[in-house]
Amino acid sequence: MTISFMHPALIMIVGALLLPLFRGPFRKPYMILIPLLTFIDVVYLSGHPGTYGVFQFMDWELTFGRVDRLSMIFAFIMALMAIIGTIYGMHVEDEYQHMASWFYVAGSLGAIYAADYITLFLFWEMMAFASTFLIWARRDKAALEAGYRYILVHTFGGVILLLGFVLRYQATGDLSFDLLNVKNPELYTWLIMIGLMLNAAVPPLHSWLPDAYSKATAIGAVFMCAFTTKTAVYTLIRSCAGFEVLIYLGIIMAIYGIIYALMENDVRKLLGWEIISQVGYMVTAVGIGTTLALNGASAHAFAHILYKGLLFMGAGAILTVTGKQKLTDLGGLYKKMPATMIFMLIGGLAVSGLPLMSGFVSKSMIISAAFNEHILWAGFALTFVSAGTFLAAGLRLPYLLFFGKNNCSEETWEKAEDPSWNMQLAMTIGGFLCIFIGCYLPFLYDMLPYTEVSYHPYGAYHLSETIQIMAFTAFGFILLRKYILPTNTISLDLDWFYRKGGQIFLWTVKNPLQYMDTALSRFYEAVAISCLMETSKFWSWFDWNGIDGVVDGSARCVRAIGRRVTIVLQRGQIQQTICYTVSFAAVLLVAYVWL
Amino acid sequence: MIANLIDYLSDRLPTVTKVCYVAMAFIVFWSMSVDTSHAHTWAEKMIPGFWSLFGLASCAIVIMVARWYGKSGIQTREDYYDN
Repeated sequence: MTISFMHPALIMIVGALLLPLFRGPFRKPYMILIPLLTFIDVVYLSGHPGTYGVFQFMDWELTFGRVDRLSMIFAFIMALMAIIGTIYGMHVEDEYQHMASWFYVAGSLGAIYAADYITLFLFWEMMAFASTFLIWARRDKAALEAGYRYILVHTFGGVILLLGFVLRYQATGDLSFDLLNVKNPELYTWLIMIGLMLNAAVPPLHSWLPDAYSKATAIGAVFMCAFTTKTAVYTLIRSCAGFEVLIYLGIIMAIYGIIYALMENDVRKLLGWEIISQVGYMVTAVGIGTTLALNGASAHAFAHILYKGLLFMGAGAILTVTGKQKLTDLGGLYKKMPATMIFMLIGGLAVSGLPLMSGFVSKSMIISAAFNEHILWAGFALTFVSAGTFLAAGLRLPYLLFFGKNNCSEETWEKAEDPSWNMQLAMTIGGFLCIFIGCYLPFLYDMLPYTEVSYHPYGAYHLSETIQIMAFTAFGFILLRKYILPTNTISLDLDWFYRKGGQIFLWTVKNPLQYMDTALSRFYEAVAISCLMETSKFWSWFDWNGIDGVVDGSARCVRAIGRRVTIVLQRGQIQQTICYTVSFAAVLLVAYVWL
Repeated sequence: MIANLIDYLSDRLPTVTKVCYVAMAFIVFWSMSVDTSHAHTWAEKMIPGFWSLFGLASCAIVIMVARWYGKSGIQTREDYYDN
């Protein structure tokens, strides 16, 4: 049976290009229609696994549509998030922002269905560039600068990836995007992993994430929190499953993120640190590499997109209505924004892994995979982080935003209210799914890529373990919360090296280098130019007196001889001239005969 | 409606606190009766309320580490990167 293949990314791209034509009353229905069509296409393709969209380009075979169980689950959640995100941002008139976000979704879907490195790279860069516009759409100086940093870091990552797969192509002649030989890694294996890892925000290549996500527009951050890192997790599952170094990096990432989240004052930066921490679970799972772990990574990515999207939608709602995103400018908002509070609580509890919520059924799969492989330290470290996650996102964040001390100025308090209907609708869908996934297991578990393993999260022991950890973390928070109150500070991170490094470079260029350049110019003026002038003067004199003297002298000499000859030989008498001529001819003749 | 409920509960904070303590005690008590055959290590079987202690210790460690790390110079003024 032939299946007509329509690439979901193509629907998004064409949809984005035509978006400016739909205005007025047609805009909103159109904005629902395109992501919905994409979603239907993704669901349709899920029913027809196979390889589609194969093109010959020069020597290479490009495959745009590899539809299997792994690409299916990721494409499903990305398309679903595209619907939720678009509904959330529907009230915004700025069409360029919507176009950028749709191109961004298209990049993600394209990367997920790509089966060769060239196609992957094409969509990978599309994601990076489109998302940069979501930062710049905020249109202030901080966003402009953050956008430049973001695009530079991602271009660097793209170049590393490019270098990796080109070296691999040179060595093996293979461009297909499949599992690499991670047991005997070559240089190109490392380069490809580093390129993919940068997008997953694995330390030390993570600083771009909190920096960019906190500066993007409200809807920009909702899209960004879903697509870049989770597409990177997908590519890591596809290519680097079982790469042991990822276990260590993932654990470092999970702990590092949570420590920074606890120090953070900016709400969306805090959520950005939370993403790093949660993606740490997925990266660890990729490193473990068993089918249960990879199922866990996919499930956690799925759940994570929904609850993190929900949290970013809540934070974006607060930013949209009050214009504030610092904890030291907010607080006590439960009276003014009760709906937002409920959605953020659902998101916070889902990320913390409360039973009956999505985080519980996905996160525990990864922890179980670690324990099953007897990597006990990793299992305990991830459990430790889950307590930290509950502390940061389930307790500290809602406490400081909605309860706790009210730091709102009078103006902020006046402005605070629940956001527009479309934002609330998007949050309702997200919140519903967070609970639905936790309560109705087959919805998520039937989609997981590896069907040969089964997992049951709701065992009595596991429930008791989770509830104990959460209850006593909450108790610890009540006792120790004064140590993690927000302050008007920023936390230095590894981006110091390129932010301060850049400033130091600029200073070096402006000051010592500029000084040396000026000094060199002065020296040149004083010494070199005058030397040059003296030398030129000498050559000018030499030319005039020497060369010209010789040339002119010879000319004068020839002219004088000519004149003498004329005076002596050509006196104007024909007889004399004939006599000279004949004598000369005779001399020549004699000379010729005799010699 | 929700705001009223929160106000209602915060007006009765001592009672709410007591209910929470009772709930915590119940959770620990229940954990001792749960079948530990699915435990990962011997420590979980031997130490009653292992995960309660683990949760409390994790919480304390992560808070103190974040505080120490922040105060060690990592948390700095907001205009640090501005020229």
